[in-house]
Order: sequence, then structure tokens, then C-alpha cells
Amino acid sequence: MLEKALTGSNKYWGWIAVLLAFMAAGALSYVQQYNYGLGMTGMSRDVSWGIYIAQFTFLVGVAASGVMVVLPYYLHNYKIFGKITILGEFLAVAAVSMCLLFIMADLGQPTRALNVLLHPTPGSILFWDMIVLNVYLFLNIFVGWVVLTAEKKEVAPPKWIKPFIYISIPWAVSIHTVTAFLYAGLPGRHFWLTAILAPRFLASAFAAGPALLILLCLIIKRVTKFDAGQEAIQKLVTIVTYAALINVFFILLEFFTSYYSNIPGHMHTLDYLFFGLHGHSQLVPWMRVSAIFGIVAIVMFLIPAARKREDTLAIACVLLFVSFWIDKGIGLVIGGFVPSPLEEITAYYPSFQEIMITLGIWATGFFILTVLFKIALSVKEEKMIS
Amino acid sequence: MDIKRRQFLKIAGLSTIAGLGAPAAFNLLLKGGPDTVSYASSGGEAEASHEAAPTGVRLGMVIDQRVFDANKGLAQKCTTACHTVHNVPNFGNKKDEIKWIFEVPFEKAFTGKSQYHKNKNLEDSSFLVLCNHCDNPPCVRACPTKATFKRKDGIVAMDYHRCIGCRFCMAACPYGMRSFNWRDPRPFIDQKTHNKEFPTRMRGVVEKCNFCVDRLARGQQPACVEACGNTGAMTFGDLNDSHSEIVKLLDNNFTIQRKPSLGTNPSVFYIV
Repeated sequence: MLEKALTGSNKYWGWIAVLLAFMAAGALSYVQQYNYGLGMTGMSRDVSWGIYIAQFTFLVGVAASGVMVVLPYYLHNYKIFGKITILGEFLAVAAVSMCLLFIMADLGQPTRALNVLLHPTPGSILFWDMIVLNVYLFLNIFVGWVVLTAEKKEVAPPKWIKPFIYISIPWAVSIHTVTAFLYAGLPGRHFWLTAILAPRFLASAFAAGPALLILLCLIIKRVTKFDAGQEAIQKLVTIVTYAALINVFFILLEFFTSYYSNIPGHMHTLDYLFFGLHGHSQLVPWMRVSAIFGIVAIVMFLIPAARKREDTLAIACVLLFVSFWIDKGIGLVIGGFVPSPLEEITAYYPSFQEIMITLGIWATGFFILTVLFKIALSVKEEKMIS
Repeated sequence: MDIKRRQFLKIAGLSTIAGLGAPAAFNLLLKGGPDTVSYASSGGEAEASHEAAPTGVRLGMVIDQRVFDANKGLAQKCTTACHTVHNVPNFGNKKDEIKWIFEVPFEKAFTGKSQYHKNKNLEDSSFLVLCNHCDNPPCVRACPTKATFKRKDGIVAMDYHRCIGCRFCMAACPYGMRSFNWRDPRPFIDQKTHNKEFPTRMRGVVEKCNFCVDRLARGQQPACVEACGNTGAMTFGDLNDSHSEIVKLLDNNFTIQRKPSLGTNPSVFYIV
């Protein structure tokens, strides 16, 4: 089926070319970083993880959100999602691929990455994260490919694929839970040391991921003959709205616990992120934009006229996606390092190369996504014609 | 037939559970239990006192701040000695900075200990901070390759050749005592003082104080302790040896540890 990715319109090739250009630029920057060391980035002794790990954390959520179409279709026989299940699975494949690339970009000694397997350490959450992410990647490629092949041959998917599908559902939850445990189990990092970090991660993931899927469906509708259908998209909107509201609720819970308990260590990072701490307010504009975008998006989702029109729906999805990307992709990871264990405040600004590498990895993810979607949609279009 | 067997198993199971559990439950109710009041502990010392007599060696350090306050410049001497012996590079900027032992004011070393009127002695005093060689080290727990590990003698050590540079240990250390080689450190080691007996590191790995594990193996004291001479500012020894000098110091002085509430059981103690 891969050959289907090799034929396409000029627009398709133009898009591929744009992605390849960004990938090349990212690769060039990575060569620089590889030769110089991670000092090429804006990270420092105090803020020792930056946008790479932040993107990784956010994208694990996007990957996990595939389950929001897989679960209703396979467990509840919600037929409307049948058409887009494959899109959810392939979106997960692209997102996990980006996660793995961001981890690799962040390693000081990338050539030693296999040490994680050569010296397995079950006590380390990173060890488990590596396992769950790679298995999830495999599950989604495997299930997606087998089901799509069956669709192409116009036969029912083989029965033996069902166990893999059923395993992939709790597995999606596991990848984001384990990723939350990377943070939530560290003593002395108050901002991360919260039992609702994993639920928070899942709520924001199940909002941001399907929001992206809605956007993709709207784009696909314009550039191909494939239409996910109004009902499927509106059902996704319902999922996004609930998940977004739950996420806002969780964030408000964090605010309550921190500020009502009045324990300084619990307030410091929230102060730093939303109000500024001792005159340091580097991230305040970002977090406020995130809050405003999030609220506006949710209000738009709640107004029937706004969520039913495609243009306003698209705007709401973009706002929500950006809002949660800032919240998790910037605030959570980078904010967690401020103040440092010695209660020092160190600002972090990503370097040019760091941003180029980040864009390059996103481009790689969209490249994988484009190719996989192209294949899946070509198969579906063929069926529509015949 | 099947139903009968299931019922039998259920009854048998339930009665076994009841039989096993009931006497214990009754006993608890009747006596109220011997431990109606017991103490949860967070501090390392308190924890240790509840445990059975510790066995084996646990190396630790006592820092007598009174001596450092009386000898200005002594702490700086310790830092220089350590950083020279271990070929710690000097980049001259904060972003790339690597440090194993350094001076910080009281509120940074002991965060969360508020004082309404700051003790006069503390005002211009600075405390040496270094890896605490925790008995329960979060960095070791976090490391995905066992590149950082706890030795039998309590030293938390690093294998620079196994470290993949993921920096999970840096996020995990609640004391901020770990440094990363953001770039090649070798050009930034002073060639005049380069110590050929200790390896230099490559870029992309984490490093920190190792309690001078190599010097101990040669029968020497840690470099910082040696730099203090016979001032008694720093005392190094086995926390489990009741005849050691360090245990005598702990017995006779009120000491504090950094962030004891985290349950890491630091092996570095301060006499303030």
C-alpha cells in the first residue's frame, strides 16, 4: 500500500517539499548540536529540561488521544467513528514517533540510548516509559495496517487482531500515566508532586488530541473526497468539550490546594507562571494567553451555532490546541524547574538551533502523518469510486 | 453438581478468611493494640532510631559551620581543592556551570526554615553544599541505566561511561547538587593544575561529588576535608561505627540535615 504515498497532486508534493525543507533545517541544527553538545540549547544547570522534553510530554498526550476514537468504535460499537478510527491510530503513530525523536534530541549521549535496554532498571520510570511508548507505537502501526489492508481487500478485519485492539485501549492510558509519573514521583519538585498529575495529563490530552483530529478532518474534507461526516465531528466536539472542562477543573483544584494551604513551596511555581515571582515573569504572558485561549475555546464549543459552523469550529480547535500546548508544552515542564532546589530563579530561552530542531521534529511527525493519511485516504477513496 | 461445588468453595473460603482474621481483629479491639500511639517520622535520624541496629559502613560527613564562620576563606579553599582534584572545568558562565561543592547562604541551603529575626551569625555566613549521599537517593531511583548507583559504603557514585545524559537524576535531586556537561569540558580545565590521577569527563554526561571514592581507596581523606587541615571544620567517617569521631560529634552536638522531610536520609550533617 506504500505506493499510494508516491502518487499525488502538485499540492501534495508541495506540502511534502515544505516538510522536507523543515526536516533538513532541523537535521542541520541537530548536527551542530551533536558536535557541540546540549550547550547549544538554552538549557542550564537549573532548567535542565527544555522544550524538547516539553514537546515530548505534550505529544504523548496527542498519541494517547487516539483511544478517544478507538474506544467508542470497538468497545461500544459506535459505527460513526468507523471511518476515522484509522486516522486516530495513524495520528498516534506520528505523535509517538515525534516523542521518541524528542527524547533522542534531548540525550547528552544519544549513541548510548540502548543502555536503557542493556542495563534494564525497573525502578526507573524512564525505563517503563520507553517500554510503553514503543509498544504503543507498535500496536498502532500493526492494528492500523492490518485493518486498512482488510479494508482495501474489502473483507472484514481478521479476528486475531481484536486482542491487539483491546490491549491498545488501556495501553493508551498507560503511556500518559507513566509519562506523568516521570514528574509526579520526584521529591522536592512541588509543582509536579501532585497525585492528579496523571489525570490532568489525560484530561488535557483527550481535549487537545481530538481537537487536532477535528482540524485534520476539516482539512481532509477540503483536499480529498473523504468526509468524516458531521455526526462524527460533532461527537468529537462533545469529547473535546468534556475533556477540556475536566482539565480546567483539575487546574483550578491545583490553585485551590496551593493557595488555600498557603504553603510557599506549593505556590512558588504557580506564582512564577501566572503572576511573576520576585519580578521574574518570563512565562506570565504565555500562561495568560493559554488561559484566555482555553476559556474562549470552551465557550465557543458550548455555543451550538459556533461549534456547528466549520470555520468557527476550526478556530475553537486551534485556540484550544494552542492553549493546552502552552499549558503542558511550556508551563508544566519548564515551570517545574522554577524555583530550583536552592530556590533560585533561572530564566530559560530556547536557542535558535533548539527551535529549528523542534520544528524539524514536528515536520517529521507531520511527514509521517501525511504519508500514513495519504495511504489510508487513498484506500477509502478507491472504495468510494468503485 | 457445579453449583454445589461453587457454594462449597465459597463457604470454605469465607470461613477460612473469617477463621484467620477474626482472632486478630478481636485481639486488636480488646487490647486496643500495643501501638495506640506511635510516631511517624520524616527525619533521617528519627527513622534510623526506629530501625534495627544498622549494619555495614555508611560514610557521612559533619560540617561544623562554627569553624567555617571563624575561618573566612576556608570554604573557598575546600571548593578549590575539590574542583582541582576532580578536574572540574571552569566555563566562566552560569549557563554551562559545573560545580561539586559550593557556598550558598543559609536560606538556600536550608529552604523552608523561616526566621522572623535572622540570627546575627547567619547573616554573613555561607554554607558549603555538596551531594548528600542520601541513604535513600532519589537520583538512583530515577536513573534508567544504573549509571548512578549507591555503593555498599553509602557513597552515591557515577559511571560516566554508562550515563546517557537524560538528566532525569538532575530533575530528581531535591538538593540541586548535580551538574551536566553541556559542552566539552576538557578545554576549560586549567592545564597547570590538571590532575592526571582522576579522569576528565566528556560532554553529555552528568557529574557530582563522589565523596572522593578514589582517594578513600588510597587511604586518603576527601579533598575538601583535607583542605580543612586540623581545624575540625569537616569530619568524615562511618556513621555506623559508634567509636568513630563523626558519631561522637553527632552524639554531642545538635545537627541538621538539608530537607529531611523528604525522606532521603542525607548523610551530610551541619552543626550551625
